[in-house]
Amino acid sequence: MSAAIEGAALPAALPTAMPAQGQSPRPNDPLRNLLDRLRGPVLALVVPLAALALWHFTTANRPYSLVPPPAEVWLALRDMAFGGINDDAFSATLWTHLWASLSRVYGGFALAAAAALPLGLMIGRVPLVQALLDPVLQILRPIPVTAWLPLAMILFGLGATSAFFLVFLGAFYPILVNTVFGVRSVEPRLFEAAAMLGCTGPAQFIRVVLPAALPSVFTGLRLGLGFAWVVIVVGEMTGVQTGLGAVIMEARQLSRTEIVICGMGVIGVAGFVSDWIVMRIGRRLLSWSPSHG
Amino acid sequence: MAEPTVPILTIRDVSKTYTAQGRRTEALRGAGLTVQRGEFVCLLGASGCGKSTLLRIAAGFEAPSSGQALMWDKPIVGPAPSRGMVFQDYGLFPWLSVRDNVGFGPKSRGRPAAEIRETARRYIDLVGLGRFADAYPHQLSGGMKQRVAIARVLANEAEMVLMDEPFGALDAMTRERLQDELLDLWTRTGLTVLFVTHAIEEAIFLADRIVMMSPGPGRIEAVHTVDLPRRRDVSSPAFNDLRRMLSAQLHSHHAPKAA
Repeated sequence: MSAAIEGAALPAALPTAMPAQGQSPRPNDPLRNLLDRLRGPVLALVVPLAALALWHFTTANRPYSLVPPPAEVWLALRDMAFGGINDDAFSATLWTHLWASLSRVYGGFALAAAAALPLGLMIGRVPLVQALLDPVLQILRPIPVTAWLPLAMILFGLGATSAFFLVFLGAFYPILVNTVFGVRSVEPRLFEAAAMLGCTGPAQFIRVVLPAALPSVFTGLRLGLGFAWVVIVVGEMTGVQTGLGAVIMEARQLSRTEIVICGMGVIGVAGFVSDWIVMRIGRRLLSWSPSHG
Repeated sequence: MAEPTVPILTIRDVSKTYTAQGRRTEALRGAGLTVQRGEFVCLLGASGCGKSTLLRIAAGFEAPSSGQALMWDKPIVGPAPSRGMVFQDYGLFPWLSVRDNVGFGPKSRGRPAAEIRETARRYIDLVGLGRFADAYPHQLSGGMKQRVAIARVLANEAEMVLMDEPFGALDAMTRERLQDELLDLWTRTGLTVLFVTHAIEEAIFLADRIVMMSPGPGRIEAVHTVDLPRRRDVSSPAFNDLRRMLSAQLHSHHAPKAA
């Protein structure tokens, strides 16, 4: 067979054949390029800076304000991280709490993924498993994770195990539901193609079902991890000594509002970073998909 | 023919009836056909004539309701690498590169990695896609995707290639080009091809024999041997005579259904 004729028409879609970037705007205008590149970050900072300013001007130099000014929160955060400023019960404890929460979030999340992925693949693909499990899971699903808290406390006692259990539950359903959805939406044609190429039975799970469902699975993992962060704080608010949720609750009881705000900020950053990591991994694994990558 | 060779494919009095929501549809009735090794056979007919059903039964995707489908005189019980299928919608694995799509079959059969790589390279070159071995399907044009699909079944040592309107979704120029390339491959490899189409011209251009099918219920109407020399000239009088004859036959069957 001779060389591809559409070869000439194709390369636009191939990354290797893309013309080098930076051709369109004048290359000899570095200032303009710099401004173009800074546009995104600058726009992203406008609202937070405005909020910070508002916060500062409504709270600074008002001794009876319920909310401490940003400078005080910043000071408290530094003390929590490194100590040496207040030297109280919260000093230099940040890493202990962060580590406690992180290990619960990722531990519970990993356990949820380990359970939900195979289960989702089976429910989506094996009618018998679906008939057995789907009704049960559908009834349990609407129960909010927070409603499990009392039962978890009865079962596992006051402590870290309950928090761990809640994280597991919170991450489990988004992963399961999206995996099932992903498996169900695999094009039937691909199973035929695999079968006629000699890939049949259980081998299709690994070589067809899993990769085809991966975009959906990743959506589930991202949602699941997000829920894990939501739930961990609730889980740590009762009877747990360490963790970001615990520190927030303890600070509230002691009226240390600046510590409460510090804790919230750290949770926000940690959640953001872990979502970013999952997203990057997803992009790499899904580079074949025109809607990802 | 005189010598009693075992046909590669035997379809013996095959019928297929689907039941959906209490309604029975007779897709195929009493079809009989034998294909010899190395033949290029086209199944020609309008939609609903059962040509795709017949192909899917030959592939092993569906079992006949009655009758027998045999390959080398052994019953076809399911899809197998010896009968490679090329779908109109390609059926490529979007998460695999061209190389890995073509290597999918050998990998399924547990071939060593080096051999898989070498096989994939050979067949990718054969269909002229050497430069695109690392591309993903969504980066390819329709014609290139179909080349990958063909390379994929060849790499898996298919003895018979079943093609379900493989060029139906392509533009006219690409289709002609691929028809030429397919004939070239067929000549060089000695493959057996069973090719479904609704285009009369395509059937005459490609086939040794044309199996005319008609709908309601789907059945085999007639079998024509095309003995024009290849490469066939689409504008020759003989080609056009045949086209006129087949066209008249095809339309006489479909008169009641034409809308």
